[in-house]
Amino acid sequence: MTDGSNSRSKRLQAQNVTLRYNQRIIAQDLSVAIPNGSFTVIVGPNACGKSTLLRALSRLLIPSAGTVILDGKTIAGYPAKQVARTVGLLPQTSAAPDGIRVADLVARGRYPHQSFFRQWSHEDEAAVAAAMAATQTMELSGRLVDELSGGQRQRVWVAMVLAQQTPLLLLDEPTTFLDIAHQIELLDLCQDLNAEGRTIVAVLHDLNHACRYATNIIAMKGGGIAAHGPPAAIMTEQLVEDVFGLPCMIIPDPVANTPLIIPKRRG
Amino acid sequence: MTEPNHNPSPVLRNRVIVRVARSGPIDFGRRVAAIRLFGGRLSMRADLRSLGAGSILLLLAGVIGTVSLASGKFPIPLVDVFRALLGTTDDNIRMVVVEWRLPRLLLAFLLGTALGLSGAIFQSLTRNPLGSPDIIGFSAGSYTGALVVILLFSGGYYATAAGALAGGIVTAAAVYLLAYRGGAQGFRLIVVGIGISAMLGALNAWMIRQADLQIAMSAAIWGAGSLNGLGFEQFWPVLLMLILIVPFVLVLARPMRQLELGDDAAMASGLNANRLRLMLMIGGVALTAIVTAAAGPIAFVSLAAPQIARRLVRAAGVALVPAALTGGLLLTAADWGAQHGFGVQLPVGVMTVSIGGLYFLWLLLREARQ
Repeated sequence: MTDGSNSRSKRLQAQNVTLRYNQRIIAQDLSVAIPNGSFTVIVGPNACGKSTLLRALSRLLIPSAGTVILDGKTIAGYPAKQVARTVGLLPQTSAAPDGIRVADLVARGRYPHQSFFRQWSHEDEAAVAAAMAATQTMELSGRLVDELSGGQRQRVWVAMVLAQQTPLLLLDEPTTFLDIAHQIELLDLCQDLNAEGRTIVAVLHDLNHACRYATNIIAMKGGGIAAHGPPAAIMTEQLVEDVFGLPCMIIPDPVANTPLIIPKRRG
Repeated sequence: MTEPNHNPSPVLRNRVIVRVARSGPIDFGRRVAAIRLFGGRLSMRADLRSLGAGSILLLLAGVIGTVSLASGKFPIPLVDVFRALLGTTDDNIRMVVVEWRLPRLLLAFLLGTALGLSGAIFQSLTRNPLGSPDIIGFSAGSYTGALVVILLFSGGYYATAAGALAGGIVTAAAVYLLAYRGGAQGFRLIVVGIGISAMLGALNAWMIRQADLQIAMSAAIWGAGSLNGLGFEQFWPVLLMLILIVPFVLVLARPMRQLELGDDAAMASGLNANRLRLMLMIGGVALTAIVTAAAGPIAFVSLAAPQIARRLVRAAGVALVPAALTGGLLLTAADWGAQHGFGVQLPVGVMTVSIGGLYFLWLLLREARQ
């Protein structure tokens, strides 16, 4: 991994940021760069600041010190809609308005591309159709979101962010509510999008998923970065023990040959 | 997107098939027409059910309006009503229809639309069908402002209107600031608003009790909300104000729908959620204040209209224009009933309170069951 001196290879980075909600400091003096074209997965125990970092990277949270840099400029300096055309975010919690249908919800992802006069262009329609096809929500298109299962609903939200068509895609626990098959399907989808050239940053809880899919892992602990690099290079028994306090054994994944974490009994 | 050529999993192949099979227009689950004009410079999605419902609401308001122009102490045949509007009748009929009855009818419709819009804005902001301006204290605040003018300065119509305007705005600012904690969140607005509303209600009752009987009576009548005796000189200022405010609010309709997705999703799509909320509140408060200034606090229209409209158009979230038209129709119908339904002229606010009370009860029972 090369250092952050070449900013062209790091479109999105946080430099010495302090992140806080009111007086509660979540992270202090944190620096991290997202390599272009990477599939970066952020892992770490609950409440270690993963979501907060994602919120800062997508301009939802302005750091109280330090800056987040997007394409060489501080992210707060861009018009909000321009950021939203470059960085897409799937938040952990969203609210679907009562009575909204799938296609309508997915179409709302097009907001940063629209204006008062251009509310539904051909590009909008094509992007919505492509996003629904990619997430296999096309057959749900006319259904009420309220009536969907948790997994279907999650795929619809993913479709909404996809419709935003951003080169950088930040996903906060996208596999929550999904059964194992749909989790793998969603991660495959992320991998395909990544192969098409999109940079993906996802918060995941499953270390084995992280190791298999990520090209780059950021392990966080207590608001700081514990390790950062390709899974094969950083994922050690020591790291898992340090970050999660979980003794484990690491063997090569028989399918993908990536690190496979086998938890051991505590103590 | 092009088909990536690496790692062709079964899932991926499946996806490509789906993409090919459904290349037609997107199924929105309702009838939608894509309108694109001037080489795509102007484009929108027209919802046919909303258009249909809107037309029917306008038509009904037109019918009730016509009947309302014809009825009264001097019943006038419908033919003569139309002739009077076209200016081809004798002066007596023209005076009754155009100068006496028409301004009141137009005011009822306009004020109704303003209430419907304002209610829709606050219900969207609070994501709650109870989040209407009369519940969260703005009407009570306007009444306080008006009472101060009536009781302390024995002010006339315009002074009272100004007092109501000021009272409503000050109350709204107070509710906003008290509910503010790094952004004003919906539910806090409701809770703080209900509290302020109760306090102002007590203050209002106390002020009326302190006043002379005559003044207290007129204050109480104003407090019910009434269109009695209003004419063109009250209509023009209202029209002018609405021409200024309504376009501002309608431009906010799209961002407002986006905000219904939650703050994080809205901000991630390029919205400044807190600024938008403030602008929506200013628009909603201005609309309520205009109505209260012109006719007193007319209750329940802003509470009921957005919910009735939602059910009519089966919209996602709250729809502004249908809510406005429903409000217009409701107040037009209520004012006709208040004038002619009971032998005596009642303040229209009494009508809306009685109808609205039933609606409110139904709403609370339904919410309680869920």
